[in-house]
Amino acid sequence: MIRLPLVLFLSATLFATGVYGVLARRNAVLVLMSIELMLNAVNLNLVAFSQALRDITGQVFALFVITVAAAEVGIGLAIVILIYRNRETINVDEVNLLKW
Amino acid sequence: MTGAEVAFVIIGLVAVIGAFRVVTSRNVVRAALYLVVTLSAVAGVYLILAAEFVAWVQILIYVGAIVILFLFGLMLTKAPIGREALDNQRRGVAFLVSLAILAGLIYLFWGAFDWDAPRLDPVEGTTAAVGESIFSRFILPFEVVSFLLLAALIGAIVLSRRDDRP
Repeated sequence: MIRLPLVLFLSATLFATGVYGVLARRNAVLVLMSIELMLNAVNLNLVAFSQALRDITGQVFALFVITVAAAEVGIGLAIVILIYRNRETINVDEVNLLKW
Repeated sequence: MTGAEVAFVIIGLVAVIGAFRVVTSRNVVRAALYLVVTLSAVAGVYLILAAEFVAWVQILIYVGAIVILFLFGLMLTKAPIGREALDNQRRGVAFLVSLAILAGLIYLFWGAFDWDAPRLDPVEGTTAAVGESIFSRFILPFEVVSFLLLAALIGAIVLSRRDDRP
């Protein structure tokens, strides 16, 4: 027995924290961690709405999001390590080759 | 407040404090360990919401695999430690943007969902329903996700392999 808005406020706070991390951090691995925080906020909403609406689809979607997040972290870290090997830095401010 | 709500508020506070430390910590390894705290607290919230399968998948995949990947990533890249090295100069703007997003989301939720609506009564024992749903209605997305994981696996190997031959 729990109020739905409470869960939504928690997920909004987690999402805003993740946004701050993505914008303020310079280390690419820490940016990826902040993205995980935002994905967790989304999953929290999916599960809460799944229980509120008595529909299992939300939980299945949360599982899919977790799987895609795992793939994203794997590829992201591979790219980060490749950048580190080539540029000796993972500072996202200095990796601006594609910046117009 | 019901007992579940008290437990939720305590676990939610742990999650928020952990998340805050993830984005402000000056030591990258500590940030990764605070991420463990946040992810475990979110798994606790899933348990309160009676979504036990999602909770254990969260523990296994996030805490067990993804954080370990992050720690390996930190180990293989030499990161300088300290505030100026980890955070950029536009912290203030970032803080304002995230505050605006938080205010906007809370305003939206406050307008869209009635605080005095009946409390949600979680359905318990959802694992069987989740399994049934994945392997009947969502079988095609399930296969697509499997293919995506395979592609990500091969992609990660190809990207991080050291090419010795010219």
